[in-house]
This record gives sequence, structure tokens and C-alpha cells, in this order.
Amino acid sequence: MAECGRVDSNTSHTMDKSITLPPDEIFRNLENAKRFAIDIGGSLTKLAYYSTVQHKVAKVRSFDHTAKAAAGDKLYEISMQEEVTARLHFIKFENAYIETCLDFIKDHLVNTETKVIKATGGGAHKFKELIERKLGLKVDKEDEMTCLIKGCNFVLKNIPHEAFVYAKHADSEFRFQMTNPDIFPYLLVNIGSGVSIVKVESEDKFERIGGSSIGGGTFWGLGALLTKTKRFDELLQLASKGQHASVDMLVKDIYGGSYGYLGLTGDLIASSFGKSATADKDFSKEDMAKSLLHMISNDIGQLACLYAKLHNLSRVYFGGFFIRGHPVTMHTITYSINFFTKGEVQALFLRHEGYLGTIGAFLKGAEEDNPNQYSWGENYAGSSGLMSVSPDMNPMQRARSGTFDMLEMDRLERQLVNLPLLQDPSSYIPDTVDLTEDALAREYWLYCFEEALDGVVKRAVASQPDMPEAALRAEKFRQKYRHKLQTLRQQPFAYGSLTVRSLLDTREHCLNEFNFPDPYSKIKQRENDIALKYYQKAVKSLDELSWEEKQFALVQGVLAGNVFDWGAKATDICIFFFIPLSERPWLVDSYDQWLERLKGPPHKCALFFVDNSGVDIILGVMPFVRELLSRGTEVVLASNSGPALNDVTNGELQILTERIAAMDPVIEAGLREDRLLLVQSGSSSPCLDLSRLDKVLAMVVRERQTDLVIIEGMGRAIHTNYYAMLSCESLKMAVIKNSWLADRLGGKLFSVVFKYEVPAGKPNKDCGAFSPS
Amino acid sequence: MDKAKSMVDKKGASGPFHVNNGQSQKVFHSHVMVATNGSCCSSSSNAFGSSTVPSGSGTFENMHHLHRGDDAECSGSPAKRCKLRRRTESVRKHRPPFPWFGMDIGGTLVKLVYFEPVDITAEEEQEEVENLKSIRRYLTSNVAYGKTGVRDVHLELRNLTMCGRTGNLHFIRFPTQAMPRFIQMGRDKNFSSLHTTLCATGGGAYKFENEFRMMADLELLKLDELDCLIRGLLFVDRVGFNGHPECYYFQNPSDTQSCVKKPCTLDNPFPMLLVNIGSGVSILAVYSENNYKRVTGTSLGGGTFLGLCCLLTGCETFEEALEMASKGDSTNVDKLVKDIYGGDYERFGLQGSAVASSFGHMMSKEKRDSISKEDLARATLVTITNNIGSIARMCAVNEKIERVVFVGNFLRINTVSTKLLAYAMDYWSKGQLRALFLEHEGYFGAVGALMELLKTTEDP
Repeated sequence: MAECGRVDSNTSHTMDKSITLPPDEIFRNLENAKRFAIDIGGSLTKLAYYSTVQHKVAKVRSFDHTAKAAAGDKLYEISMQEEVTARLHFIKFENAYIETCLDFIKDHLVNTETKVIKATGGGAHKFKELIERKLGLKVDKEDEMTCLIKGCNFVLKNIPHEAFVYAKHADSEFRFQMTNPDIFPYLLVNIGSGVSIVKVESEDKFERIGGSSIGGGTFWGLGALLTKTKRFDELLQLASKGQHASVDMLVKDIYGGSYGYLGLTGDLIASSFGKSATADKDFSKEDMAKSLLHMISNDIGQLACLYAKLHNLSRVYFGGFFIRGHPVTMHTITYSINFFTKGEVQALFLRHEGYLGTIGAFLKGAEEDNPNQYSWGENYAGSSGLMSVSPDMNPMQRARSGTFDMLEMDRLERQLVNLPLLQDPSSYIPDTVDLTEDALAREYWLYCFEEALDGVVKRAVASQPDMPEAALRAEKFRQKYRHKLQTLRQQPFAYGSLTVRSLLDTREHCLNEFNFPDPYSKIKQRENDIALKYYQKAVKSLDELSWEEKQFALVQGVLAGNVFDWGAKATDICIFFFIPLSERPWLVDSYDQWLERLKGPPHKCALFFVDNSGVDIILGVMPFVRELLSRGTEVVLASNSGPALNDVTNGELQILTERIAAMDPVIEAGLREDRLLLVQSGSSSPCLDLSRLDKVLAMVVRERQTDLVIIEGMGRAIHTNYYAMLSCESLKMAVIKNSWLADRLGGKLFSVVFKYEVPAGKPNKDCGAFSPS
Repeated sequence: MDKAKSMVDKKGASGPFHVNNGQSQKVFHSHVMVATNGSCCSSSSNAFGSSTVPSGSGTFENMHHLHRGDDAECSGSPAKRCKLRRRTESVRKHRPPFPWFGMDIGGTLVKLVYFEPVDITAEEEQEEVENLKSIRRYLTSNVAYGKTGVRDVHLELRNLTMCGRTGNLHFIRFPTQAMPRFIQMGRDKNFSSLHTTLCATGGGAYKFENEFRMMADLELLKLDELDCLIRGLLFVDRVGFNGHPECYYFQNPSDTQSCVKKPCTLDNPFPMLLVNIGSGVSILAVYSENNYKRVTGTSLGGGTFLGLCCLLTGCETFEEALEMASKGDSTNVDKLVKDIYGGDYERFGLQGSAVASSFGHMMSKEKRDSISKEDLARATLVTITNNIGSIARMCAVNEKIERVVFVGNFLRINTVSTKLLAYAMDYWSKGQLRALFLEHEGYFGAVGALMELLKTTEDP
């Protein structure tokens, strides 16, 4: 069966109902809220609404060329504009708060278009009258299972690292799975009071293929009878302390050892509760609870395996209140699945499992907006993340700390898809190091980000000199981000795999949250201005070199430009091309193969993921691009859609390229003849996830028959994509500007990575992987 | 219930799941072959505490005295003598010497089958040692042995020919807890002098092997329980149940009013899905007598039913638990589909009367406080039975087998479960699957062990 049914008043927690809700932090953006949906389960209510968020964005606008003199030295102007974006809010709270919450919503709801609220879950019926009275909205009930499946499809498609494997004794308990573009078919085993087993074949096609009456309600009901313990959480806590072998009859109790003939080990349970029938003694609550937990988990796992086998499905997701983030049940279910399938099927769990119903109900109500045609992204600033649910924690404490849990999803401007050139999209993992599994690295990077926080705050304030309240906002940002870092220290798995990328992205989300859309805008502007002045000189000096010298100087230029970063001073620029990079051979050095390749036929089309503003893009990347164009290679320059650190954005790059074109006939011709394209990546991150790129970019890449991918900079080529395997030639260039990381990779600070790879099976076989250490 | 009365009541019918009430010391009274007057070895009186023979239950004194005489004779090296005689006799008759036992030592119950020859010639009778004679008399003239040993008289197979001998096959069971005493009895009565091979299967054959050897100088011939189960089942089905079929099914399983038990034969038994419900459950796909595989198993079996019932209701025996279950109503305990959806869950074709959550109502304190023991017992029985049915059905579908045979002592005197299994198979498979049952439920392993005895000695 589906969700836990009606819950009797005595099983819901009695808590102080006269709470004051901190409005800014919980029901955010209610003013513009429309389209409500609610999922009322056995003990928790999940509310969903759609809202629009108005926030500032930095826009760049080129000065009119004719008025150039008037604009002084400035290349373009930066303006802050208000932009409205769509956001989905999901809030989870205990049923005890439902009345308070409804009152709060009523008081703050401005939008009057909203007439209905979609409702699902076993409690929807019970609270129907209350909701209608309080909100003045008509309750429109939706089928629970349909909502669940819709929600499940939505999170699987839109949230990277949504699904995870649970391994109690591993370095990291949570092993997150990358989103596979092809999520179907899968099996969803929903363990509410009973169990429903649903086979999902497509967005709209699913079938309940089976179920069981032995589920969470059995654990709770039978557990309460056996142990006189009322609450589900407390039962789980008891179970986590018990020893089932005193209650269960094991194989060794019958055989004296293992049943070798059948390969059944002695510790296997032969008969659950078998000893409580024959032994003449009292059993501890803990032991009985443990035995019951094993009995139910094993039973569900066995049924799930039988159904998975019958329908030939290997992806099995578990959800429902029995699972809901409880390590104890995730462990026993995982154990059971491993046992019954001998490891062939993995039990998968979902980070936002508790929200599936309400997400689905919301989507049902929002069908006219077609939310499924957009891509959505988890907003790390506004989402609570996966809570720690250590069984050692006092259940009361846990209940309180998890009282209000939030998930916010931003509608992305663009639809995101895989880079078509990924060798194997299903096994692609953008991040080089998973900090959830690497405790040392985690320690270092968390420390690093915390150290850097003061500087970020300062820069944020400086970026808005005309706004007196900026300091206050910046302080709020500091608190929020520091809190996130603290949370991640305790629960590295809160937002999926913890990576340098996710730490950077979280910071960007938090900055945006407090209206610092682009703290580096002015720095970028200044650097672009300065670098532009040296462009012609740089190109000229390059053109004076021999072909071979020039190729090396171009590579050196990209690498040096990358070292330059925002700390660069104008005076340094003169010696830009003479920066002493570390001596060859570099840490990773396949330059010779690259040079050999350049002696061969030109590439059809190169896709270049660019990094920083200023010298990097203008004096490093552009001359390199110029050379490619001269060789007859088309170039697609992919830059960020939105700002992140000092990375050049698509808007900025448009202006820069126009200006360069005005000085450089090669670039000008490239643009005019459509052989040089500027396309946005769809990302606003200093790192790069090749599985979430703008659909347009993917289309261009395919149309142009791209046969070379160039990725530049630490964020995109080291922290991410270092191990990315592409189906065409690729070039990853970066200077390691962090001594800890350099050390890790077996090099020194400012070590160079020049990784030119040709996929196996392509001509230049010997130019394969060069990996550090 | 009056305690003393209950003890007496239980004799004969109960035993397998006897649980001490804690009032006295261990009150195990297996008098199968045990002396109780303290005249045997000193440790036994300790082991059996203060037990004395309840009047009318033991016919053991006789045997005991006879036995003592035998003991005196055998003093010296009984093992050597035993081996010698066994060899000479088996050579002479090409069949194993009496007594013929097959034993299945399970997690909860020991199942013993005993072949009583009825074609004994006068000469044979003359030669028969007193020891052997007394065993035969004792086993065949009683239906209860001590407090917990029981002979299922109604299952006796009469005038059976086995290995060239005609006789009656007796079916006896006692709790596995009584094993140590059983072994001790074997020692006290110098069972090893009977030079028989003791064929044993079930986990206990392994667990108690050493004790048999050390305590009673008996070597067990250990046999695999699944091999024995299948061999025994096919044999009993073949010979039939005293002229009637061994197998039965339920006609109209989905209608409680017109649901009737119908005998049938397993003429062409393969392939069959064999579901053995003992303390735990094993599920086998059987393609021929020697070709089968264990598909899966579950720990939710008869032991779980009784274990949970004991904890929930304070009952002590399987019979008591079933008796309570027969009077209870599980819908007071279980949450049905209609309790959640107000009726059928049409989207998924689930009837309102289907159980949505076993023990689901027990999440509520008020309901917990008002529930009867009978209802709890019934819910436990229904939960375990339905679950076994569900797993069995999935296995049948996965293995593409339409015939599902349920055996094991969980089904003994348990029409609630047999009917429920018949109904579940029929309903969920839309009539595709048929549940079959066998009269000798839990004894096939023991029969299989006995057959192995006859087989081994027939082979040169």
C-alpha cells in the first residue's frame, strides 16, 4: 500500500503549537506564491508552491562605438538590473504545526489568482476541511501513487546526486549516483504503512505490480505491542541497540554451524522470533525491536528482488516513511537486497524522497506551465539538505532539529543536456575528488573556503559602493555560507557528493541569495580594459615567431593567462608572454603529441570552454583561437551564462570579441563568416559539469561536427573533468595554483597540466592518458 | 486455564512448542525411553528435576526394568558387539536390522517415523532381543510419550511393505528442546547395542551429531534435509494414505461458504514448487526426484507465528495459539485498504477488504489498549500465512511452475492457513496457480531418512 494512512491523533507528536514562524526563513517568497500543493502523511506535512523571485543581476552593455570617446577608457558599462526568475518552494514540517502554518500562509498570501490547492497523502482527507476554511482554497485531491511517481521522475531528472547507495561501514555512508539521462525503467518500492511496488516505464506509464501488507505500519504496530514503545523513531532507536540473535533462530541454532550444502551461513536467520517460542525467558525491548526490523526489512527486500527479477529491472529505489533517511532501515534494506540478489541489484535511496508526493501533486496542478519542459536546479542556499539522522541522536532532538526542512529549486533559463561528445554519459562523473569519501581533502577544502570567506565578503561589499546596506547583506551572506560550511563539516553528504564544485556553487547561490549577483564585475571590467590594450601587441609579437615557437608561445599564453587571475597588476602584463612557467616536462605533459597533431590536418571544429576574464581570455585564449581559425578550424567559445567569480560571462565575451574583431581581421572574419561562435554553457559555476549544458550548445556541437574539446583552468580541467573521457580529441590545460592540490597531484605550486588525449580507436593512439603520479 | 489441567490436556495433542511457564524447574517429561525412578545414572535425575511419572502417562517402568537387565548383559564393549552383530545380520538378510527409524531434527520439532513390522515370525520373535521388543511395544501401545512426545495415530500408514517387510509406519514428534534427554535416554537404554544405523536429517543431525556419539555411542547417518523431504514426499504420495490419496486441495477457495477439501493425486508431480513451512520456510523447485533447486526461503515461518503469538498473547503452545487464532478477527488489528481509502483503491485494482498494513491499526494506542488476544493471534497467523503465499506465488511465476505444494508442520491442524494459502494462490494468480496440500505435512523428511536407511543397507 501507499503512504501511511490516516493517523490517529495520539500517534502524531504532541508539540508546542504556538510557535512563531521565522517568515523570512521558512515560507519564503509567499507574496508571489501561486499554485499550492500539499502532501499530508502520517506525521509530516509537505507544502509546495511556485513563486517568482526578484533579484539583481549584473548586465553588461557595450557603449556605442561612436560615443567611445565620451565613455572614457571603459569598454562597457555594468548595470544592475532586476530580474524575475521562477522558483519552486517545498517545505516539510510536522503535522502538529499544520494549523499555524496555514494561518501564516493566509496572512502572507497576496496573490489572489490561486483558487485551488492540490492535495495528496493519507492525511489530505482528514485536513481537507481545515485547509479549505483557513486558506479559502478548494482542495483538489490527487492520487497518491501518481504524485509519488511524478515527483520521483522530477527529482531524478533535475537533481544531480539525487539517488544514493547506502553503505554503513564504508568511508562514506552515502554513495551518490550521477543522474542518468535515461531514468526509465525503474522499480519504486514505497514502504509506508504497507508496501507498494511500482514499475515505472516512462513519464506517464507506471504500474503497481505488487505489494505487501508487511511494511512500516507492521514495524510500528507490532513494535509498539511488543515493546510498549509508542513512537516510530524510538522503535528504530531501540532496534539499533538490540541483538536479534537472542530472539531469532539462526541457522547455527538448528545446525550447530552453517548449512554448508546450501551455502547458508550459520548467522543467517532461519526463523524470525523462533527463539521466543521455545526459550523460557524474557526478551529485551531492544532485541525484539531489532528482530522485528530485520524480519520486515528482509521480507521487503526479498519481495522487491523477486519483482525486480520478474520484470528484469536493475534500478530499485526505496522510499516511504519507513526509509525516509533512517540509517537503520536503509542499512537493513540494503543488506537484504545484497543478500537476495547476490549484489546484482543495488538498493537506491533518494535525498528528497520525502518530497516526492508534494512535488508530484504540484506538477499535476502546474501542467499548463509545463514545468517538465524546463530544467531545474537545486538551490543550495535555500535548501536544507539531507539531515543527519544518526540513530544515536535523541529522537526528540532529531524531531525538533528537523522540524522545518526546505527544498528550493530554481527554474533554469536553459534546458540542460549532456555534451554529445561524452564517451559514456552514464559513467561520467564531473568531479575529480569526492570530498565525501576523502576526509583529508574535505578537511582541507572546508578550511580553505572558510579562510577565504572574509575576502569574499569584502569584495561583495566593494562591488556595490553605492548601496549602503550592502555591508549588512554581506554579513548575512557570511553567516549563511559559514553555516553551510559547518553543516557540511558535520554532514558532508547533505547536498549529494561534496566537491570543490559544490562548495563553489553553494557560495555563488548564497551570494545571489543576498543580492550580490556579481561581486567581481568591476574587477573583471578593469582587467578586460587593460588586457585589451595589449592585444594587438601580443598578436604582433606572436606573429613574429617561427611556426613551432608560435605554437608553444600560444600554449604558454593560455597557461600564463590562467595564472594571472584577478590579482594581476597592470605592470605585469608587459612581461606576460615571458612568465617563467615551470620547466618542461610539466607535471602532465603531452605537448609533443599536440604539436605533432598540429602538423596534421586542421580540426573541423573546436569547442573551447573558457575561464577567466582579463588577460586569460584576451591575451591567452583569443590568440589561440585566432590560430585555430587561421588553420581553418571553426571555433565555438563556450562561456558561462551567469557570473561566477571572475569568469568571463557570455555577455562580457560578446562585447570583448566585438572589440577584438575591430582590431583583428582574423577574428572579424571568423565572426562574419560564422566560423567563430560564442555560445553560453548554461552554467553559472566556476566548474564545469558536462552532463548539464545548454541544449543550444549541444546542438551547435553536433551540427558543427566538433572534433576537439579544449578545457581551460583549474575549476574546469582539474577540479572537474580531469578524468572526463570524450569521444573526440581533447585538450585540458591548467596551472595548479594551489599548493595543497599540487602536492596531492605530485607536483609543486604552479605545476602545469597539459593533457592532450585522443580516444582509443582514433588515429593518434599513443597520445593517450598522462596522469599524475 | 487451570494449570494442572492444561498440562494434562496438552499431553497427546501438544508438545512441539512446549514453553515452560517458569513456575517450576524445567518440566520436561519425555518418558519416551527414560527411567524416572532415579535408578539410572546420577546425572539424569538432575536433568529431569523433580519429574515423576504422571499417572497413566508412562508405561515405562516395565521397559526400564527389562532394559536394566540388558544393560547388565551388554556391559563390556557394547560398541564392538554392536558392530559385529550388525554386520552379520545385514549380510544374512540383505536388509537393515530392526528397529527401523527415520528421524528429522528440525529447529522446533523432532519428527520420528518408526516402522513396526507386523510379519514377525515366531522364530524371529524368539531371537528378538528384549530391548528391541520393549521399544516396539512401548511405541505402538502409547499415543503420548511423556509430556511432549506425541504419536499422530491418525497418520499411521498400515500394512505397508518396505524392503520386503510388512508393517505399520508410525509418526511421532517431540520438541527439539527434548533432544538432549532423548540422547541421554539412548545412552541409558544402551541403544547402541541394537546395532541399528540411525538415519537423521534436519539441522539437528549436524548439531547433535557429537552428542549422539559422545553420550550414547551412536553414529548418526546424516542426510540432507531437502533430499529426504522430496524422497519421503514422493514415497508417501506413491503408497497413498491407507487406500486414500495423500494429497488434497480446496475447491472454490475464494468462497468461504462453499470451500471444500478435495482429495487428489499427484500423478505427474513434476515440476512442482515445494514450500516447506517449518520454523522457517524453504521453497524448492522440483523437476524430478533427484533434480531440484532451493529457490529461496524466508525466516517468516511457523517459528515466527508461534514466537510472536507467545510474546503477544502469553500462550505457550502451537495448539493454544491456533485455538486463539480461530476465534479472533484480524481486521481489528490489520489496516485494510478500505480503512485508508474508504473503499477499493481502484487506480490499482485493490479491493477494500485487502490488507493494506498488517498490524497497521496497532500504531494507535487506543486500539492497542482495546485489542483481544484472539484478534492478535489471528492477525499473526494471517500475516505470516499471506506472506508465505505471496513469496511462493512470486517464485512460482518466476520459475514458471503452476503447481504449488505446501508441506511442513506449520500446516498441522491449521485449516485457517491452508484455506488462506489456497485462496491467495487462486486469487492473485487469477486461477493460474493451484495450492496442494499433503496429509502427512511435516513428516516427509523423517520418511526420507528412513528410506535412506533401507536403501543404504540394500546396496552391497
